[in-house]
Amino acid sequence: MEQFIQQVASGLANGAIYACVALALVMIFVATDHLNFAQGEMAMFSTYLTWQLIQWGLNFWVALAFSAGLSFLIGIIIERFILRPLHGAPVLSNVVVFIGLLAIFHSLAGAIWSHTIKAFPSPFPNVTFAGSGYIGPHQIGMIAVSLLLLFALFAFFRFTSLGLAMRAAAQNPASARLVGVRVDWMLALGWGLAAAIGAIAGAMVAPAVYLEPNMMASILLYGFAGALVGGIANPAGAVAGGFLVGVLENLVAYFGNMLEKATGLYVVGNGEKLMVALAIVIAILTLKPNGLFGRTIVKRV
Amino acid sequence: MTINRRIILTASASALAASLSLSSAFAQKKYDEGASDTEIKIGNTMPYSGNASAYGNIGRTIEAVFKMVNESGGINGRKVNFVTYDDGYAPPKTVEMVRKLVEEDKVLALFNTLGTPGNTAIHKYMNAKKVPQMFVATGASKWGQPKDFAWTMGWQPDYQTEGAIYAKHILETQKDAKIGVLMQNDDYGKDYFNGFKAGLGKDNEKMIVQLSTYEVTDPTVDSQMIQLKNSGANVFFNITTPKFAAQAIKKAAEIGWKPVHYLNNVSSSFGTVFVPAGVEASQGIILALYRKDANDPQWNDAADVKAYRAFAAKYMPQANLKDDTHNYGYSVAHTMIEVLKKAGDNLTRENLMKQAASLQGFEAPLLLPGIKINTSPTDFYPIQAVQLARVKGNSFEMFGKVMANESK
Repeated sequence: MEQFIQQVASGLANGAIYACVALALVMIFVATDHLNFAQGEMAMFSTYLTWQLIQWGLNFWVALAFSAGLSFLIGIIIERFILRPLHGAPVLSNVVVFIGLLAIFHSLAGAIWSHTIKAFPSPFPNVTFAGSGYIGPHQIGMIAVSLLLLFALFAFFRFTSLGLAMRAAAQNPASARLVGVRVDWMLALGWGLAAAIGAIAGAMVAPAVYLEPNMMASILLYGFAGALVGGIANPAGAVAGGFLVGVLENLVAYFGNMLEKATGLYVVGNGEKLMVALAIVIAILTLKPNGLFGRTIVKRV
Repeated sequence: MTINRRIILTASASALAASLSLSSAFAQKKYDEGASDTEIKIGNTMPYSGNASAYGNIGRTIEAVFKMVNESGGINGRKVNFVTYDDGYAPPKTVEMVRKLVEEDKVLALFNTLGTPGNTAIHKYMNAKKVPQMFVATGASKWGQPKDFAWTMGWQPDYQTEGAIYAKHILETQKDAKIGVLMQNDDYGKDYFNGFKAGLGKDNEKMIVQLSTYEVTDPTVDSQMIQLKNSGANVFFNITTPKFAAQAIKKAAEIGWKPVHYLNNVSSSFGTVFVPAGVEASQGIILALYRKDANDPQWNDAADVKAYRAFAAKYMPQANLKDDTHNYGYSVAHTMIEVLKKAGDNLTRENLMKQAASLQGFEAPLLLPGIKINTSPTDFYPIQAVQLARVKGNSFEMFGKVMANESK
């Protein structure tokens, strides 16, 4: 039983990692109607910026604020200069650009900061408390930050006119333009915000998995799964999906391990946990193609 | 004047003829493709890009070592032309690049091609072509089969040998060991684990109470560490690459699990493992070493470490010496230089393998005291001795004797 609680807690902590990345994916999807494959590598690059600023003596939160701002600018620049000529181009052209960006950011980070893993400081105090054997302070902080980000995003899209304009620009550019929304700038803003969220996600992830250019490669996969299972257009759904994937994969391994201990029969184990978790994701998507919390989008033709 | 000139010309011409006939009579120069009077062409593949690109530093270091050698006159008067290509750690790409090296660039030999999957993919090709695949950069145990693969040789202690040495140490020192194993789920992990099991012996295999595996795509090994702690294991054999090793050490400390901790040599680095994991949490970890860590203060006065640092300062000023891959590249490159020196003017592929298979007591720079390279026509495992050590403070404390497992 004790192990069960530990595995769930560790799953939630991993889930918070996936949730943060999923949020950045949702952001860019809601703002531009595309899934950005380079999201993970951009977040990794931003995390290196944060690390560099901390190395230069800045306080963690100050460094994070700076690098989030810098990432915001980088996001806008990428949209303005690289993706703008592709407005109206087929989706596949965009995908090629995303994959190109992925390779560029990956190599750039390796060239500038080398591939050696770096310890990344946790901003949360290293205290012991009742139950700290189950879940560490950084893990709790990470969960809190992902929930905070979620509420901020939710409020932004729901209660601000800018958020509304961004959603309109992504979903129906022609009509949005007619009611006076500057669609081009909305897309750029979406990129900027997604990059800034990526910077925050990276700073939360790095203390747990160590900072290196490959840091986000596999996490992005889990983030995708989380975002899709919860509903790619819904921040709350994406966060719930992230946590779900994190807990699921741990429990699959846990029950497989227990079964093997009890009966000597190996059905699933650590090697298959991702596969089983993703199989469950596929099953959910087959039954509910828009995700657990997604709304069916009806388009009038 | 004219007479004088004629005399001089005749004299010098006859002298030239004499020297030519002398050299052809005494030093019979023999060359295969890739070697000439002025150059030795050596091929290599490395993951300069992609997931394993951290290893690319080995290739950069080897390149720098050959540059140093060339600047000081080369090997027996010949410059080494080191041709190295990126394979992104993808075996199909390795095959493509190696075919280019052998068939287009016409290299004399391959040296230190990196990675178990890539070397496996070219293993048969190299032996069919009879082109040396020398001192490959992988610790898999399959590179030492001179009977079936006469053109392939490993370099570092193989994983099975190392795993067996840990098992022997556990049997000697732990009365009722309950062993938990964390293993990367691929050929590298399995090689270590099989050697470890063989070292324990059939009767003691039940000492292993928990085997938890992870995939290289797993973000963390937290879940596996919780499993291991709850299995009640009091001995931990940690078969992980650096990032996961650091994660495992950190997580063990966080959840308060304090087993006797054995860590594979793959992750024996302060810079990339113990410092990121926390030096405090790393105290007491036992591992097998065969090279000196140039960052370890106990080697500050060693001649080879000094030479290594001087070389790095001049030829790789940008390099981060905390990264152990530089250290590895330096040591293995000098082994290759030794073989090329011994080959003299007989630079055929056959002679190269013959020289590589007759190294006796060669102390490559940065090898630990007492560890020597020995090979023979039937022993294609150059380094088969290790020294057990434990992490103490900011350094490794050696204990016991050099443990060798030489094949004959």
